Amino acid sequence: MDAVLEAGGLTRRFGGLVAVENYTLRLAAGDLVGLIGPNGAGKTTAFSLLTGVLKPTAGSITVKGRDLTGRKPHVLAEAGLARTFQNIRLFADLSVLENVMAGGHLRYGASLLATLGLTQAFWTSESRITEAARAIIARLGLGEFTDRRAGDLSYGDQRRVEIARALATEPVALLLDEPAAGLNPAETKTLTTLVRKINDELGIAVLVVEHDMRLIMDLCRRVQVLNRGRLVAEGTPEKVQADPAVIEAYLGTRRQRAGHA
Amino acid sequence: MSKNALEALIAPLAVVLAAAALLWLVLLGASDYLVTLIAIVLLNAALAVSLTLTNGFTGLFSLGHPAFMTIGAYVAAILTFSARRKPSMLPDLPAFIAGLELPLLPAVAAAGIVGALVAIVVGFPVLRLRGHYLAVATLGLIVIVQNLALNWDGITRGGAGLAGIPRLASVWWAFGLLVLVVAVAWRIKFSSLGRAMLATRENELAAECTGIDTVKMRLTAFVIGACFAAMAGALFAHLISVVTPKSYSVLLAFNLVVMVVIGGAGSIMGAVVAAAAITGLSEMLRPAEESLGLYGFSQVVVALSLILVLFFRPQGLFGNREPDFVRRLFSGRLFK
Ligand SMILES: Nc1ncnc2c1ncn2[C@@H]1O[C@H](COP(=O)(O)OP(=O)(O)OP(=O)(O)O)[C@@H](O)[C@H]1O
Ligand SMILES: [Mg+2]
Repeated sequence: MDAVLEAGGLTRRFGGLVAVENYTLRLAAGDLVGLIGPNGAGKTTAFSLLTGVLKPTAGSITVKGRDLTGRKPHVLAEAGLARTFQNIRLFADLSVLENVMAGGHLRYGASLLATLGLTQAFWTSESRITEAARAIIARLGLGEFTDRRAGDLSYGDQRRVEIARALATEPVALLLDEPAAGLNPAETKTLTTLVRKINDELGIAVLVVEHDMRLIMDLCRRVQVLNRGRLVAEGTPEKVQADPAVIEAYLGTRRQRAGHA
Repeated sequence: MSKNALEALIAPLAVVLAAAALLWLVLLGASDYLVTLIAIVLLNAALAVSLTLTNGFTGLFSLGHPAFMTIGAYVAAILTFSARRKPSMLPDLPAFIAGLELPLLPAVAAAGIVGALVAIVVGFPVLRLRGHYLAVATLGLIVIVQNLALNWDGITRGGAGLAGIPRLASVWWAFGLLVLVVAVAWRIKFSSLGRAMLATRENELAAECTGIDTVKMRLTAFVIGACFAAMAGALFAHLISVVTPKSYSVLLAFNLVVMVVIGGAGSIMGAVVAAAAITGLSEMLRPAEESLGLYGFSQVVVALSLILVLFFRPQGLFGNREPDFVRRLFSGRLFK
């Protein structure tokens, strides 16, 4: 199948620290890939490189065959990448509906002239954005919160609003950075089902960073393992779990931390 | 225009007519002093709303309004000035402008366009950097514009300023500008574009990753605000018939920012209410200032009210929202 998102040799340095080195990814339509690794391995940095938030020191990013290396995040979003954040970033003072509608601006937002001229295009765009947002909100079971201030929601609900907003951009690939962090077991289960649905029913490719191994093993058919910025393993969950390099990565950092303490 | 547009316009139009009728009634018995005061309140409200469009909607911190007002005032005044006196008074004017003697409307439009162009020139490079550089850049713009007005004698008459500008504006022009500014701000706020602007303010990084071109949003908001500021400057000049390089200074920028903060950054009605309150308050304190020799007292009161609001209600009167009944009023659903 055709790759929707490809990264080759992505590298990012922060001063002397190499946070990500030679990271490579090929995400095909319909893929559901896990990205794991110990704390500080470079997972979030890899996400930021893929979505244009950080400029790579070296390497390339291609979305649906278009080279978009070094472009701004909104360009990559337009090409079809959407993401959520490890530390939730909602438009806190706006309602849940407005948050999700903001995601619809990219595809359906009216221009300034259409908006001020009150043309038919403006009304069409507003109703499309509203309908799409309401449908996504219903699909994610956020209906009761539609008009609530996003910043007032519980942690778990905020995570779902972030996903809803990302879906409103009609992405081809969705990048989830620790979507289950801070969720209770029941919420984690709902989330797992949701991610699977997004992948299955909407056909959106998903790349998910998680520390919750059960979730990753449940969900993903392919897993990448990062350690100190480098990919140390890639393959099926079973294969990766048995990989000595992976065990070493996790044990190594644990031993190190024990040493620090 | 579409059928939807007509429906959407009926309720606001009714509100405007009612406000106009009210203004007409008030003006019936008003002294000249009161009429001028009302005009100034209306123009300040228009300025505050246009600043909340720039700063409140997108989270910028522009202090540039006085610069754009000065630009607008000079541009419009030069265009409306008597063509007989212009060549001798302003010898450096190009002949085709020296020969012009425009009515107020096209002069105000030209002022708005020039203000918008200057905002593009300033905003394009600055807004690509981080948003808060804009405060410094616009502060610099005030100084540059003042110095240009001071030193470009052949077009501005230098420090003496332009006096004897035809008194073409009136309280009704001020009312018209306020209606225009509120209508545009309102339309933008309750549209996809406005949500994209508010998203930019709420979380720039998340907005970018959601596909919003945050630089474009900020530039748009900055340019629209500047355009309205220039138009307000043009009306001020034709209301009080003079403009000097020092007419609109940093102090005014401060007062406008205070109005936006007190009203609630991003709240259109908040800006209107705060502008009216602060302008009225300063004016009421003027006699006290003069009789007691306490010059600058009203400025202290403005600063104090800012501190009080920041302390007790940091989100301002209305936060970034609009009062519910005003929303229903404008959407024609007052009794539903
Ligand atoms: N902006 C930055 N400036 C300097 N160093 C950074 C920056 N961002 C990340 N780093 C460093 O890069 C390394 C990788 O960080 P990153 O956040 O990508 O790890 P992670 O795998 O997401 O970890 P976690 O599981 O804790 O979220 C860390 O050592 C971190 O300190
Ligand atoms: Mg991380």
